[in-house]
Amino acid sequence: MLLEEYIFAGFGGQGIMTIGQIIAYAGMLQGFNTAWIPSYGPESRGGTANCNVVISDELIGSPHTHHPNGVIVMNAPSFEKFEPMMAPAGVLVVNTNLVPQRSERDDLTQVCIPTADIALEVGHPVLAAVAGLGAFVATRGVVEDTYMEKGIDWALPAHRKDMLELNLRAYHEGKKAAEAQLKKAAK
Amino acid sequence: MSDDRVFMKGNHAACEGAYRAGCKAYFGYPITPQNEVTEYMSAHIWEHGGTFIQSESEIAAINMIMGASAAGARAMTSSSSPGISLKQEGLSYIAMMELPMVVMNVVRCGPGLGNIAPHQGDYFQATKGGGHGDYRLITLAPNSVQEMAQYVYDAFNLADKWRNPAMVLTDGTIGQMMEPVDYTSMPWMEPPDKSEWQLDEFQDGRKRHVLTSIWLDPADMAVAHEKLIAKYDKLKKEEVRYSEYRTDDAELLVVAIGSPSRVTHSAIRILRQEGLKVGLLRPITVWPFPYSAIREYADSKHVKAILVPEMNWGQMIEDVKLAVLDKKPLHFVPKHGGLTFTPEDLTEPIRAILENPDNPDTLWRVS
Repeated sequence: MLLEEYIFAGFGGQGIMTIGQIIAYAGMLQGFNTAWIPSYGPESRGGTANCNVVISDELIGSPHTHHPNGVIVMNAPSFEKFEPMMAPAGVLVVNTNLVPQRSERDDLTQVCIPTADIALEVGHPVLAAVAGLGAFVATRGVVEDTYMEKGIDWALPAHRKDMLELNLRAYHEGKKAAEAQLKKAAK
Repeated sequence: MSDDRVFMKGNHAACEGAYRAGCKAYFGYPITPQNEVTEYMSAHIWEHGGTFIQSESEIAAINMIMGASAAGARAMTSSSSPGISLKQEGLSYIAMMELPMVVMNVVRCGPGLGNIAPHQGDYFQATKGGGHGDYRLITLAPNSVQEMAQYVYDAFNLADKWRNPAMVLTDGTIGQMMEPVDYTSMPWMEPPDKSEWQLDEFQDGRKRHVLTSIWLDPADMAVAHEKLIAKYDKLKKEEVRYSEYRTDDAELLVVAIGSPSRVTHSAIRILRQEGLKVGLLRPITVWPFPYSAIREYADSKHVKAILVPEMNWGQMIEDVKLAVLDKKPLHFVPKHGGLTFTPEDLTEPIRAILENPDNPDTLWRVS
């Protein structure tokens, strides 16, 4: 049975909710049951935000996950909160531009990616979260690129379709950066 | 799997169910965690020939719905717990006037302002009337985004079939989450003809249409009551809905609704792998409540105990108790404050109950 439970976390405005929706939507296209839920407490702009994503080949129980096997942390407070909750053998993507911490756990696969640098290289700071998402999929390859690309397109509103190319590039650059790091670690 | 699936939020899917049922009037006031309903209605009901008003208060909204329904429209309002409390006076009038309409409660944690986290504290209010007087709402309890759409759609049809207000009762988790939805089971409808009773323009020679909730003479009121009660009795016989999952051989029967029923599903999957015989009965109508279905399990040889998990201090369990009586031990696992269940919250007590069906840790007593 496939049961993928993810938490994506960072500052409000980084695109955390959107990257969660992209992978959940893409997972649905691939044929899985998927669910997404935001943290919807008394959040504020610039405050911490996170969403839960569940992907399964069976009926999904709770959309809330307490022991995620995949986490993206885009800011430092999110690392503190979610790294200790992770299930063994999980995948952790750390945005090194804003997160100074590194996991000491030897039961996780950790990938450290400067998502903001990648975003700026591609051409726009707003692309950081999508670069993080690319790094995540490279490391936890459950959802395939063709569906992820459709998901990125789906998440862009009609008046922002001009950003599709840049988003796809940021996604693949993030992916490449993670693959390079994983290759190095394997050696 | 169907290729017609779209990926949506529960609160948005509820609106799509309403549009497909021919809902032409939505009046409401924002409150978390159902804000997306008001937002989505304001953006899209126009595309379906409908009207939206953001009212000055929840009380105004429910009374606008009363008017729209009296004029024959399929009308809907929604809110979350504190806002639903404000609507109770209007719902009581609507029930006595026998006006069909749909109200959705995306329940948050109370009492008072409480917080905005998912909860099930409004079960009594939803199933026992809620406002003053002796009445009931037809109450459906979705546990998925798909069902949010389907049960709003069904609620409109039930409301018109019985000329009775219908409620869709869910919790913040189901309202806030996104899931795949397939609308093929909800063909687009036009609202049914209500010219038999609706209030409309003067028509020479037509009998007078009266919608009222006042009968000052108790003898007249008694007749009005009896008519309502006869309707409710018929509803109880014809409209009870529930679903069952692995109950055939269950030694422990779980009765759950809303998001806890989904977590129960996960818990059952884990426990069945250990060889433990656990099943789920999920009421879909919580009024009318599936008493006899639960009673059959309580009477069965294979069921040793029954468990009710709720995100409250114990409300639906009172209805389960009415079905079970003292035939089998009844257990309760609560979750408080807006916290949500994990599968482990259920697997651990279930293992203990299957070891000892009278396990005092979770045994629920009337006093």
